[in-house]
Amino acid sequence: MIQVKNIYKSFDNSDILKEIDTAFNRGQTNLIIGQSGSGKTVLLKCLLGLYDVDSGEIIYDGISSKNMNHDDKLEISRKMGMVFQGSALFDSMNVLENVRFPLDMLTTIQENEKNEKAMKVIERVNLKDAIKKLPSELSGGMQKRVAIARAIVMNPKYLFCDEPNSGLDPKTAIVIDQLIQEITKEYNITTIINSHDMNSVIEIGENIVFLKEGYKIWQGTNKEILNSGNDEVEDFVYSSELLKKLKK
Amino acid sequence: MIKISFTKTCKKEILYKQIFKEINDLVLDSIQIVSILSFFIGGVVSIQMALNLENPLLSKTLIGFATRQSVILEFAPTFISIIMAGKVGSYITSSIGTMRVTEQIDALEVMGINSLNYLVFPKIIAMLLYPFVITISMFLGIIGGLLAMTLTGVPSEAYIQGIQMDFDSYHITYSYIKTLVFAFILATVPSFHGYYMKGGALDVGKASTKSFYWTSIIIIILNYIVTQLLLS
Repeated sequence: MIQVKNIYKSFDNSDILKEIDTAFNRGQTNLIIGQSGSGKTVLLKCLLGLYDVDSGEIIYDGISSKNMNHDDKLEISRKMGMVFQGSALFDSMNVLENVRFPLDMLTTIQENEKNEKAMKVIERVNLKDAIKKLPSELSGGMQKRVAIARAIVMNPKYLFCDEPNSGLDPKTAIVIDQLIQEITKEYNITTIINSHDMNSVIEIGENIVFLKEGYKIWQGTNKEILNSGNDEVEDFVYSSELLKKLKK
Repeated sequence: MIKISFTKTCKKEILYKQIFKEINDLVLDSIQIVSILSFFIGGVVSIQMALNLENPLLSKTLIGFATRQSVILEFAPTFISIIMAGKVGSYITSSIGTMRVTEQIDALEVMGINSLNYLVFPKIIAMLLYPFVITISMFLGIIGGLLAMTLTGVPSEAYIQGIQMDFDSYHITYSYIKTLVFAFILATVPSFHGYYMKGGALDVGKASTKSFYWTSIIIIILNYIVTQLLLS
């Protein structure tokens, strides 16, 4: 579980995150949603430790980010897995090497054990037949699955996904969403997904945090969001004319 | 950047692998172009020397002497380094820059890996072999001069005598000191421009151009300073 307590973050005197107070639950797919520029990515990067917050604290299963030294941050970061928007796979490495990479860099286990662990997660994301392929030879959906496999190969406690289905067709996007949700349950991890895709929100949003202009406006589940009673949330959810008509 | 790249090192076997990869990409892959350039420019230098030493009172051995001095003191260490700023420098900037824009560097950082150590340190170590490339350049430059003189009709004995004339081994030392300084610049300045770049694919190209510009300028200025310190 990750608790966020009253955090603020600004860049060049411009406040990006203000009074953010929330919690992301373990074993659930937690979604951060909002329009572009609402502070979603900055919040995700603060949670990842890539940005330090100006004030407030982030608590990772009881461990506060306050007064953390570099080694403590490193310790926490090694419990994290991240799926980047563009997958961020290493171009010169094939699928197996990409997935094995964190094991090669951060563990001292035997070669065959590394291969076993990597193959296990590759099979989990249904890419067994593509292990020798380079990222450039994979489709967008396959690249995302490799990125997910690489993110979970170290058995992380926290999984972060930045727009995991951007650039994918709706059907593949749902497959990726469901895969992330299944992995969250199987590995019992705290998954935080940054998204503005309403399909994802409805499909897997067990805990949704809605941001607007750096503030947390609303928090609830996918069942509650369709009737949130909050004008700003409804404005976001029913942004298209078709959805507005359907609502009526 | 340099300080961080030398601290919190990755596992030794990973670094060795990266260093060998960089030796291949930065040093061994440069030998072909350096060889071709050096051979032909050595030939051109000797022809121009011959053209300027037409006075029958001047010995033909001076052609070999002047070619050797030009190649060893200036052409091989400095001008090959400027060319390398284009070849190796733009490769370093664009490869690291592409990793930056495609979030691969962020991925390394999130994994808790010192990305500067993983990406920059092996390049600095690999470039310690750069004097090997310059040695080939010196040798082929002088050989190119010999061939050009033979084709021009200047006796090869005179040229060979010239390249042995008044040989001062300190000039070789000076040349290698310069080469090592330039090797460090060739590894670090392009890495800096790639690592700290911002933007998208177009900005990778801009960063490569900027990196070539600054690497060349720094090499030329350091060439003057090192020469002033070691030869004046």
